[in-house]
Amino acid sequence: MTKSELIEQLAARQPQLEYRDVELAVKELLEQMSAALAVGERIEVRGFGSFSLHYRPPRVGRNPKSGESVHVPDKYVPHFKPGKELRDRANNIEV
Amino acid sequence: MALTKADLAESLYNELGLNKREAKEFVELFFEKIRASLAMGESVKLSGFGNFSLRNKNPRPGRNPKTGEEIPISARRVVTFRASHKLKERVEENARIRLGKLEKLKEQAEVNAGSRG
Repeated sequence: MTKSELIEQLAARQPQLEYRDVELAVKELLEQMSAALAVGERIEVRGFGSFSLHYRPPRVGRNPKSGESVHVPDKYVPHFKPGKELRDRANNIEV
Repeated sequence: MALTKADLAESLYNELGLNKREAKEFVELFFEKIRASLAMGESVKLSGFGNFSLRNKNPRPGRNPKTGEEIPISARRVVTFRASHKLKERVEENARIRLGKLEKLKEQAEVNAGSRG
C-alpha cells in the first residue's frame, strides 16, 4: 500500500471530507510525526507501536569501492517498535 | 514527553479545521489502515516518511532471561520499519545541531571552570 492508496482508502471511509482534505490530513500526520522525531521526541501510539531514536556510535567505515577507511560520525537513527496489536495481527494471531 | 494520538488529532483540528470528533476518528483510521494492510501481508510505503514491511523469522531456541530456562521461539512474521532518506536526514541534521550545541556548552563550562580555578 502506498501513500496515495492509503489516502484513497481513507477518503472512501470519510465521505464527509473532501478528497483534498484527506490528502492534507495524511500529510499533516506524517509531518507531525517526522517533526517529533527530528527534535528527538518519541511517538507512542497504543496498539500500533512506538517510534524513537537509537544512538549509533562513531565508527570507522570503509568505502566499498575504493576500500579506503572513512570516519563515520555518531548519529541518531529512527527506530520503530511494533505494539502488541500490530505484532499479533501481522503474525495472524486473532486479537 | 512523547507525541500521542491525542496530539496528532489536535494538529488536524488546529491546522486543518477538522472538528474534534472527525480528527480523533481520522487518526484512529489512519493507523488502522496501516495495521490492516500489514495484517494482510502487504507492506506500506509512505514516501518521505518510511516503509513498513514484513519479515518471516525462522524458529530459534530462546531463553527466559530471568530463569535461564530454555524455551523455543516459534516461526513468526514481524513488522519492520525503514525510515526514508528524507526522515533520516532530518533526524541527523537536527541531532548534529543539538550535539553541536552540547559541545559548545561543555567547552564553555570548561572555560568557566578554568577561569574560576
